[in-house]
Amino acid sequence: MSLDSNLPQNASPAPLGPAAAHHVSPVVAFKYVTLAFDGPPVLKNISFSVAPGETRVLLGPAGVGKSVLLKLANGLLRPDKGSIQLFGEEISNMPEEQLFPLRTRIGMVFQEGALFDSLTVRDNVGYQLIQEKVPDDEIDARVRQILSFVGLERTFAFYPSSLSGGMKRRVAIARAAIRQPELMLYDSPTGGLDPVTSTTIIELIVKERDVHKTPALLVTHRLQDAFTMCTHYYDQEKAAMLPLPEGQTNPNTTFLMLDEGRLIFDGTIHDLVHSKDPFVREFIE
Amino acid sequence: MAIISIDRTAKQLVLTVQEYSLFAWRAFQNLYRPPIYWTDFLIQSDVIGFGSISIVLLSGFFTGGVLALQSAATLSAFGATAVTGRFVAITMIRELGPVLTGVMVSGRNASSMASELGSMVVTEQIDAMRALGVDPIRKLVTPRIFACITMLFFLTIVADAFGIMGGAFVTVFMNHQDGLQYFSMAWESLRYPDILQGLVKPLFSGYIIASIGCFYGLRTSGGTQGVGRATIQAVVWSSVFIIVADFFLTQILLAIFPT
Repeated sequence: MSLDSNLPQNASPAPLGPAAAHHVSPVVAFKYVTLAFDGPPVLKNISFSVAPGETRVLLGPAGVGKSVLLKLANGLLRPDKGSIQLFGEEISNMPEEQLFPLRTRIGMVFQEGALFDSLTVRDNVGYQLIQEKVPDDEIDARVRQILSFVGLERTFAFYPSSLSGGMKRRVAIARAAIRQPELMLYDSPTGGLDPVTSTTIIELIVKERDVHKTPALLVTHRLQDAFTMCTHYYDQEKAAMLPLPEGQTNPNTTFLMLDEGRLIFDGTIHDLVHSKDPFVREFIE
Repeated sequence: MAIISIDRTAKQLVLTVQEYSLFAWRAFQNLYRPPIYWTDFLIQSDVIGFGSISIVLLSGFFTGGVLALQSAATLSAFGATAVTGRFVAITMIRELGPVLTGVMVSGRNASSMASELGSMVVTEQIDAMRALGVDPIRKLVTPRIFACITMLFFLTIVADAFGIMGGAFVTVFMNHQDGLQYFSMAWESLRYPDILQGLVKPLFSGYIIASIGCFYGLRTSGGTQGVGRATIQAVVWSSVFIIVADFFLTQILLAIFPT
């Protein structure tokens, strides 16, 4: 299969491809990051970066440290060794108080949604705005707008307990995206969902990538989700995710693969499908 | 093998004390540093204060009653049943009111704080809050500490009042003594240092209850079983520390205001 990076005119690609991405300062950069809990290291000498406009899909089987890596990216965990730069600032030893303002620039979607179960969807999605004391009318308007982005306007006054698993993830995406973050972190957003709901979630992620051009780091163990992201684009006119023409892929969606705490692959979909690494081959086949 | 186990336990204990000290210091600093979440403070005041009033009222009333029963039985041997009011009032206000209220509120609220925050930890809601740029200590812990200190102060006054009333009930209706004498003995024997002693203690107990409840809640690990463990530890340690703190505070206050 010949893989071409050209997109259709209405595909709204992110502004930078991987080649260009390496010449601008990255949004997130890991350099030789190692982390252990009680035992052998969970992550060993991890180095990679996410450039503006780039979506990096972190692949790997369950339990190899993908979620841990994601939590390192916004300082929820601290590395034992190495350096992590977020928006150009070194965060590996940054005090928690200084991290809070940086985190407001990031949207994070947790594995199970992590919605506040004592708050309504409105208060969950508008949580940051409420903390910033934005007027109620403006919060309502912005929450309704982002809920319509994820197709859940009618859940405005619901509590998380009355939502399905897929709806919770969509609300979590709305909460993460409401302030138009400069980076999105997705932790297994389709884990445990049925194929139809998974496709809905991936469509939202592609929509966020192509409409708002938000750089992202996405963790998944589902190869089909990763390939869907690479081979589809969001058409704003048709308001739907559509496949790219045969042989074309999104140039700003690239892949990382972890195995036993080590980064064993970093490259494009073309590199991935042609990799000779036995673990990569086993994983994709 | 046993030495390794003792070594590990000792290290774990030192680590826990260190973590609690840092946590308690950070939470204490937030008491007077903005932003203070006043809405959360009011909600927690309602939960802790109004929510605990029935147990404090009942335990205070019956403790006062028991004190009157026991003291009257002993004092009658010396023909001194008339001083029952004095005995009940001083014991309730200086000692039993603050300690008993602290232990009752600890059983109800340290457990609820630990289980609520523990559940938030295991469902990643605390991480989500941090990821949204909100400090969970400032947002969840400080209002609880602030509310617990404030409400425990007033709950102790309620417990003292109902304890004295419980003593009066027993004195008048069961021991068939003069109620006026009971209250006048209680009133005449009380001095300002007694009241001060009784009202300083709940300030410390309130801080102990909320900080230990939140501390064990926020360091929950191991899923739902971990939430159960955190709840037990919060209640046990806050109750023990209330009594330990009471011992040292009593010594200090007696040194400042000798009887």
